[in-house]
Amino acid sequence: MNTVTSMNGTNGVVVENLTVRYGDTVAVDGASFTAPVGEVTAVLGPNGAGKTSTIEVCEGYRTAQAGHVSVLGLDPVTGHREIAPRMGVMLQSGGVYPGARVRDVIAHFCALHDRGMDAGTLVDRVGLSHRAGSTWRRLSGGEQQRVSLALALAARPDVAFLDEPTSGVDVDGRDIIRGIARDLAADGCTVVLASHELAEAERVADNVVMFRAGKVMAHGPLGTVLMQRPVVRFSSVTGIDTIALSAHLGHGVNPRGDGDYEVECAGTPHVVASLTSWLSERSHPLRSLDAGRENLEDAYRRITGGDR
Amino acid sequence: MRRTLLQTRSEVSLVVRNGEQLLLTLVIPVMLLVFFSVVDVLPSGTQEPVDFLLPGIVALAVMSTAMVSLGIATGFERTYTVLKRLGATPLTRGELVTAKMLSVTAVEVLQLAILVPLGLLLGWRTGSGSAVLALPAVLLGTAAFSGIGLSLAGTLRGEINLAAQNGLYLVLLLLGGMVIPMSSLPGPLRAVCEYLPSSALADVLRDSLTGTGNRPGVSWVVLAVWAVLAPVTAARTFRWH
Repeated sequence: MNTVTSMNGTNGVVVENLTVRYGDTVAVDGASFTAPVGEVTAVLGPNGAGKTSTIEVCEGYRTAQAGHVSVLGLDPVTGHREIAPRMGVMLQSGGVYPGARVRDVIAHFCALHDRGMDAGTLVDRVGLSHRAGSTWRRLSGGEQQRVSLALALAARPDVAFLDEPTSGVDVDGRDIIRGIARDLAADGCTVVLASHELAEAERVADNVVMFRAGKVMAHGPLGTVLMQRPVVRFSSVTGIDTIALSAHLGHGVNPRGDGDYEVECAGTPHVVASLTSWLSERSHPLRSLDAGRENLEDAYRRITGGDR
Repeated sequence: MRRTLLQTRSEVSLVVRNGEQLLLTLVIPVMLLVFFSVVDVLPSGTQEPVDFLLPGIVALAVMSTAMVSLGIATGFERTYTVLKRLGATPLTRGELVTAKMLSVTAVEVLQLAILVPLGLLLGWRTGSGSAVLALPAVLLGTAAFSGIGLSLAGTLRGEINLAAQNGLYLVLLLLGGMVIPMSSLPGPLRAVCEYLPSSALADVLRDSLTGTGNRPGVSWVVLAVWAVLAPVTAARTFRWH
């Protein structure tokens, strides 16, 4: 792994006041955030929020109308020749000729890099040994994503941009992809991952950047973005008597739809015990219980003031 | 250089493994050469059919590879974001373009290695021309047709590019003096078609290989102009992704 002395402190990627426009449409509006070395930074937001445009500027594919971006301490466009040998890119889709065989295309990308990975090892790493002789067009969507990830790893990257890496991937594939993202970060790579799947991102990210309508609404370590809230969330059946439950617990209870509820108090053992006994006495099921920290989806709603 | 050769090998491998590309670059030229040499239906005048045909078929082979095959493959590479993905590797644009040129050249060498011996078997004999001039003619033709193919591939969407390349191939095949003599075309149409790159290439190849060019001086100029204008247009209009 190369040293990070040329980078801006400990950040592999620095985005400052970035603005990207397509004609009159502002895709990215003054975005600023950093992605630390050796950590996974998830860039989150719905489709069209500005994630891919931002990442494409970082990859050197697109020039910004305003602002400044630094990748491994270099400008992504003028420093492209220096960055490319150290960069891994996983596109949102495609990137491979449909008639190309898995083993051939991975071997080709490994060979294009002076310090590229061993192709056989890489095919094994993404769990595609049994499909190595297949052409791209015959792979499932999840398998194609894994090939794309392999191409991003071919360079033994110091910085990796993964655009929607788990989109359309089955459970086993998601485990593999999450594991690879974590391993890359553990090896000192700056991993920037764009996703609209918040639950998936929460499982792998050290840091989050929340986009909405081209603006960064919040960014920072996951633990600081997610609030430690005095709230207990549980899931049961719809239509339980929240007034009676509030009286029993001595705290307000708010329905959140689909059988989900929030109790306005800290999740102490006493509150949890009272809640579960109340549900048990009325034969209501308890499908989930979460006391303390909000999840990423709740945080996104709270911060952006809307649905994702 | 190492990356250029790696990319060239990858490009050639994709062409050789693609049945449609082989049909276009090898099977159709061979079929046309054999059929019209054996079945004497073309108005080739007093010439033996194969003497008229071989230079035209070589021109057709160059057009098939440099324009249609390269153009269709590159167009789909844009559509499938292959070019975009390669752009994030150490392979530079210059190395990629060089690799594509070497790939086209390699396929053309293969085509000539099949067509010329086949022509000899069918009775083709060189005439009073200067055969050595066929080489710069093929190079100019390659530059001209590559420029046209990449101009279309770099601006049109995959399927539209596919249709445009095939449509242009058919028009130039019929009107470009490669298989059907220009003298068979109606006057006004002929006056226009003589300035097509296919007509110019077929004419200079006929002149150099058999000494039967129509107006080789003009054709060399026409071919040279296409060989400059088309690549310049491609370079200015090409969108990588």
